[in-house]
Amino acid sequence: MVTISLTHYVMLSAILFSIGLFGVLAKKNAVSVLICIELMLNAVNINFIAFSKYITPADFMGQIFAIFVITVAAAEVGVGLAIIIAIYRNNLPVDLDEIDWLKW
Amino acid sequence: MLVEFAMHHAWLVPLIPALSFLIIVFLTRPFEKLTAFLSVSFMAISCFFASLAAYGVFNNHELAEHPLVYNFFNWLSIGIPGANELQINLGVQLDPTSAMMLFMVSFVATFIQLYSVGYMKGDPGFSTFFSYVSLFAASMLLLVISSNLLEMFVAWEGVGLCSYLLIGFYSHKISAREAAKKAFVTCRVADFGLLLGILGLVITFGTLDIMELNDKINNFKEYTSYGTLTLLAVLVFIGPIAKSGQFPLHVWLPDAMEGPTPVSALIHAATMVVAGVYLVARMMFLFDAVPAAMNMVAITGGFTALFAALIAITQTEIKRILAYSTVSQLGYMMLALGVGSLTASMFHMWTHAFFKALMFLAAGSVIHAVHTPNVWKMGGIVKKMPVTSWTFVVGGLAISGIPPFAGFWSKDEILVATMNSGHYVLYAMGAFTAFLTAFYMWRLIFLAFYGKEKPENHPHESPWTMCVPLVVLAVGATVGGFFGMPWNNMWAHWIFFGEPHHAGHVAWGAMISSVALAVAGIYLAYRLYLKDTEKVKARQLAEKYQFWYQLSFNKFYIDEIFLWFNHTVVDGSAKLMYLFDIYVVDGIVNGLGGFARLTGDGLRVLQTGSMQNYALVFFLGVLAVTILMAFTGPSAAGLVLGGVM
Repeated sequence: MVTISLTHYVMLSAILFSIGLFGVLAKKNAVSVLICIELMLNAVNINFIAFSKYITPADFMGQIFAIFVITVAAAEVGVGLAIIIAIYRNNLPVDLDEIDWLKW
Repeated sequence: MLVEFAMHHAWLVPLIPALSFLIIVFLTRPFEKLTAFLSVSFMAISCFFASLAAYGVFNNHELAEHPLVYNFFNWLSIGIPGANELQINLGVQLDPTSAMMLFMVSFVATFIQLYSVGYMKGDPGFSTFFSYVSLFAASMLLLVISSNLLEMFVAWEGVGLCSYLLIGFYSHKISAREAAKKAFVTCRVADFGLLLGILGLVITFGTLDIMELNDKINNFKEYTSYGTLTLLAVLVFIGPIAKSGQFPLHVWLPDAMEGPTPVSALIHAATMVVAGVYLVARMMFLFDAVPAAMNMVAITGGFTALFAALIAITQTEIKRILAYSTVSQLGYMMLALGVGSLTASMFHMWTHAFFKALMFLAAGSVIHAVHTPNVWKMGGIVKKMPVTSWTFVVGGLAISGIPPFAGFWSKDEILVATMNSGHYVLYAMGAFTAFLTAFYMWRLIFLAFYGKEKPENHPHESPWTMCVPLVVLAVGATVGGFFGMPWNNMWAHWIFFGEPHHAGHVAWGAMISSVALAVAGIYLAYRLYLKDTEKVKARQLAEKYQFWYQLSFNKFYIDEIFLWFNHTVVDGSAKLMYLFDIYVVDGIVNGLGGFARLTGDGLRVLQTGSMQNYALVFFLGVLAVTILMAFTGPSAAGLVLGGVM
């Protein structure tokens, strides 16, 4: 019987974060990238809660922080999707390789 | 009662013509008759106030030693209140000197304005002219009553500006525009020196107030060294050199003839040029503290007097002769100041204002009638224009120094003061100048007013508005000197610097010799230009001394020297500076710009615009920092790795 320890949580979080990071860097579709960013954020949330539970169980700072992250993430996704829709409405591709208007 | 009021509100004197300037500019400009009436009457009111104030001052001998000083407007205060605060007020300093000037300026200005009504009739710029003249008088009157140097400097510049506007009044003529520019630039160059001097004084003594400066400079050793004070005096003197047409910055004055004649009269008699002499007179305590500066003033004055007289003897234009005679007379005033006689200087300024204004106005009347400024083309005018001619003759007698006319007393006073101070060379120069003055002035009179009539001229007497001022000024030029006769010297009783010198001592030797010189000058002019109807001898003399004649006729080539200096030295150094600017300064600036551009060109390749690239770099950066922390900082490494492992 393996007891679930802090290490497991941290490893799960690291794996999740890496998958998310890979998606952010490699995916061409903007919606997929947004989803991957969500993965990364949730990996962070897991970290927060795990550390909070195992190292400072007395206070709930990690949990509260995670709630904040979720809130901010929701807002961020809202803005991101709005931008994507705006681009789409202008009959432009939502392919990230094409969206390079920020350069000189 | 009214006198008291005028004395304690002397700032009204400059304010009234300033108001008339504003009213003309903003309201009455289209109505010429109204403008003329307004301008002349305001000036007359101002003159009335000035004479009341002067009356008050000359009834209170206290004021000769302790001037009446008060402020009427708090302008600025600079610095920490209470500690080293510099309060700058607009104030009034009323003493016999300023009261005399106040009266003289407003009086002459009133009659010049009256004269202008006739002279400027039909000119398209009639109203503009009157507004400028009012502003001119206002600036000069402010300068006269100023109780501190900054106020004086403001008025000084106001006078300069108005002279620019008025000299260039006929702006359709290129020569007028050039003359206006020349006057302004010449004065500006010198004003820079004056401004530096004022700055130096305020830094050294911490005040701009003339009376306070007087007290502090009396024991200047507590504040500064002798050398510094000399430098300050010289700097202050640079301003008057140009303003009062002293050598070598006198060049603008003869060119100022381009303006309308009343302006020439105003510039030469009452305002502008006497401002410089007045400034030196006001700052007499500064110059008196440093004998070197005094000598400089005296030598500049004496040299200018002689130099300008030498030029005047060969000039052919009536106004130009008068202009050089002004330069010469101003030289006398400076000479008097330089030998320490404020009395003689102010006295000569007073008499000069009358006879010079008179002669300019008369000359204007003549030019108005015969339409040529050349004295050789005039002649025999006396029969057709008796008032103009006889008043001019009065002016000529006054400037030549024939008793009892005004100029005699004041010039004599200057010569005596010069001799008493031990400057014998300067005395000789002054006496010789007196001879030359009589000669060139009577040369002008004999050529223009007497002799054969020229058939092509049809002179006629001018209207009453032009004749009345001439007569009034002629009376002034006759009796103006009685205030300062040596055996009853009221003048010295009131206007003096240091100790008043006592009346009663009559220098008969100097008096008789100066009359003899004047008569000799007149006689020489008579022989050469009136008795000798064909002017054969004059021509022969000119040919015999060709070199000297040309030198004098071409004004000693001072203008050419300045031009040469401008063209070679100034333009040359400007060219050098231009090259320096183009190659060195621009090189550095453009080089820096080019460097930035090249770097930018290189670096912008990194800016792909693709978000994923940025994110990759960002992540790699975080990774790098993490690794760095893991291997270097023990505590940070423990935290990072301990969590992960």
